[in-house]
Amino acid sequence: MSDQLSDSAERLLASQVTRDVLRAAEGGTWPAALWAAVEEAGFTAALLPEESGGFGASAAEAFAIVGAAAAHAAPIPLAETMLAGRLLADAGLSVPDGVLTLAPVRRREQLTLTLDGGAWRLAGTATRVPWGRQAAAIAALAEGPEGPMIACASAGTFTVSNGRNVAGEPRDAVTFEGVVEAATTQVTIEYVRAAGAALRTAQIAGALSRILAVTTAYVQTRVQFGRPIGKFQAIQQNMAVLAGQAAAAGAAADMAADSLANGLTAFAAGAAKARAGEAASLVAALSHQAHGAIGFTQEYELHHLTRRLWAWRDEFGNEAEWNEVVGRAALRAGGDGLWPAITAAA
Amino acid sequence: MLQQALDFTAPPPPSAGTENLRAEVRDFLASELAERTSQQRAASWSGRDRAFSRKMGERGWIGMTWPKRYGGHERSALERYVVLEEMLAAGAPVGFHWVADRQSGPNLLRYGTEEQRESILPRIVAGECSFCIGMSEPDSGSDLAAVRTRAQRVQGGWLVNGTKVWTSGAHEADYMILFCRTDTKSDADRHAGASQFLVDLDKARGHGMTVRPIIDMRGDHHFNEVAIEDLFLPDDAVLGREGEGWKQVTGELAFERSGPDRFLSAFTLLAEAVQALAPDASERAAIALGRLTSHIMVLRRLSRSVAGMLQAGDDPALQAALVKDLGNVLEQETAEVIRLLVDVEPEDDATEDLPAVLAHLVMAAPSFSLRGGTREILRGMIARGLGLR
Ligand SMILES: Cc1cc2nc3c(=O)[nH]c(=O)nc-3n(C[C@H](O)[C@H](O)[C@H](O)COP(=O)(O)OP(=O)(O)OC[C@H]3O[C@@H](n4cnc5c(N)ncnc54)[C@H](O)[C@@H]3O)c2cc1C
Repeated sequence: MSDQLSDSAERLLASQVTRDVLRAAEGGTWPAALWAAVEEAGFTAALLPEESGGFGASAAEAFAIVGAAAAHAAPIPLAETMLAGRLLADAGLSVPDGVLTLAPVRRREQLTLTLDGGAWRLAGTATRVPWGRQAAAIAALAEGPEGPMIACASAGTFTVSNGRNVAGEPRDAVTFEGVVEAATTQVTIEYVRAAGAALRTAQIAGALSRILAVTTAYVQTRVQFGRPIGKFQAIQQNMAVLAGQAAAAGAAADMAADSLANGLTAFAAGAAKARAGEAASLVAALSHQAHGAIGFTQEYELHHLTRRLWAWRDEFGNEAEWNEVVGRAALRAGGDGLWPAITAAA
Repeated sequence: MLQQALDFTAPPPPSAGTENLRAEVRDFLASELAERTSQQRAASWSGRDRAFSRKMGERGWIGMTWPKRYGGHERSALERYVVLEEMLAAGAPVGFHWVADRQSGPNLLRYGTEEQRESILPRIVAGECSFCIGMSEPDSGSDLAAVRTRAQRVQGGWLVNGTKVWTSGAHEADYMILFCRTDTKSDADRHAGASQFLVDLDKARGHGMTVRPIIDMRGDHHFNEVAIEDLFLPDDAVLGREGEGWKQVTGELAFERSGPDRFLSAFTLLAEAVQALAPDASERAAIALGRLTSHIMVLRRLSRSVAGMLQAGDDPALQAALVKDLGNVLEQETAEVIRLLVDVEPEDDATEDLPAVLAHLVMAAPSFSLRGGTREILRGMIARGLGLR
């Protein structure tokens, strides 16, 4: 099943995410046909329970799809739509069709819900919301009168001020002011950020596997000093490092998927994101070095991947933030408890 | 498609079987290692203790995957993995049987004659038999195909001459698997004309084989120089096929590199640091220790996936090389990262644990990316896997 699903995702994305689609998205054009194809294939529902429209895919399968989309630098909020839908479904809310995203994504931002004549009214501003401008609805974590709640804020209940990340992906400031569906939740902002970190880990892993393939092919064809540069030992050693980092990110993504499937811990998801973020930095640098100047151009495809890595490694918590969470857990476990904590989580 | 040679299959999830076994091993270690100091634990799989190996043998934790007819236990590669990682994480003195369990036994299973297997494997399984690795020579390190030690056919067997070096444990081991030339070197194929021999060291030492200690820079005696002069080996000492030594030794190296011993050598130091720095450690310390922990968690998944691939009958030699390289980098970084977090100097003779363990790791670290294949050689293999060579 897993292979079938990721193969069909791979085929669809390879045909849909063209150079033109990427260029247009950079210019602010929404890739409507690509999104329609991804929705039509059902991929956006991969993290949903079956009673909310899911098709029984495992977290690992959902992560494989997210990884495949990232490998093609697909400029669409697939991970966000999956996760927002899951948050809504877990809270017992219905999951709307179309593009979904979530808010807040940053620490120390708070939205509030108040009862207004029997209806829930959501207020507040969240920044750096992925694809806020495009969202049919936003899963919003907010403080209600009796504690944390999840709201489903449909388009029309919020206004958007456009922003973007270094890859040109929309990261918008969203101000909520309207009547929404809402339900109480156990979910905290820490959970949302850990889940976001888990999905970004899958995206980083997908992008790294693609960069490995692209860079390997490049060093086999680029000729200098009368031979392919891949024949030089210095290049070979760097490529081996690149492959090692890509493999580590892949394992980190598997670990994150396992954690999500088993209730999600900040320890495992955080370790995964921190490790993948470190791999992202190394691989971006090594792949650019191996490409020379061509990799520094807008024309060549590498930057679609590396600029995403530079954004994704910081979103939902960078390496320092997550390593501290992991380190605190390790310190609490103590010398004798550290190994059991590791085997329980990874 | 390009990197398929380097693909990792996700490791099978833990089962009731593996987790019960884990609990059993932890109980055993809690009582067996109660008296063992942190500094002793820091020696990791270099620590040798015949009595401990025998006890592991009694528990059925050596030769776990081997056929029952040779004393093995026919358990899965993943169960074996659980025992290995628990031993290493606890700093158990597994060095006496480690090489035999990891590579020599599997090599015998693959290439040994029925008689060789029947006479030796049950003793390994019992924790009664130790092996050493006779590969490196003064002029043949990374370039293993350059070995000069040579076995010449004589009446009833072979006469061997040459010198092996860096041979860990040759002074105590019962057997060596010796890699040497049996034919003159051919320029056309450097890998042709080599063979492996099973050398009974009790018979060899003092009868054509002289084992001299080489003291390492820490002052310890682990490895040796092994001078071989007109050593007679009977015909039945040939392991596998004459002339097939290169293929066999490459397979043996894949076993040598495949396990958790290639990323857990510094785990005792991490555990000590976590203990010493305590939950109210600085933010800087938490981040740095968290980073090492994150790396170990990911390496463990990669390493378990190698075990899973072995279990599935795949040949994960490249994946193992990649995990060893990543693991060695982490092992070496562990000492470098931790020394900047703690207010102690490395001190071998310290009575406190942390400075003593730190001293051990600082000085052991250079060997991690040499033994079992150097970093550069492993990366060269990975590059070949990518199709660059
Ligand atoms: C603690 C320890 C225990 C050991 N135990 C054993 C044992 O039990 N049995 C045994 O047989 N051996 C053993 N060895 C030896 C080990 O296998 C060798 O050290 C290793 O293969 C490297 O060989 P060398 O030391 O001769 O270094 P060399 O091969 O001379 O290498 C020196 C440097 O040159 C680099 N280099 C060499 N060739 C290339 C190349 N083609 N491209 C790029 N760089 C290159 C190496 O990576 C290294 O950095 C042990 C070593 C250590 C440190």
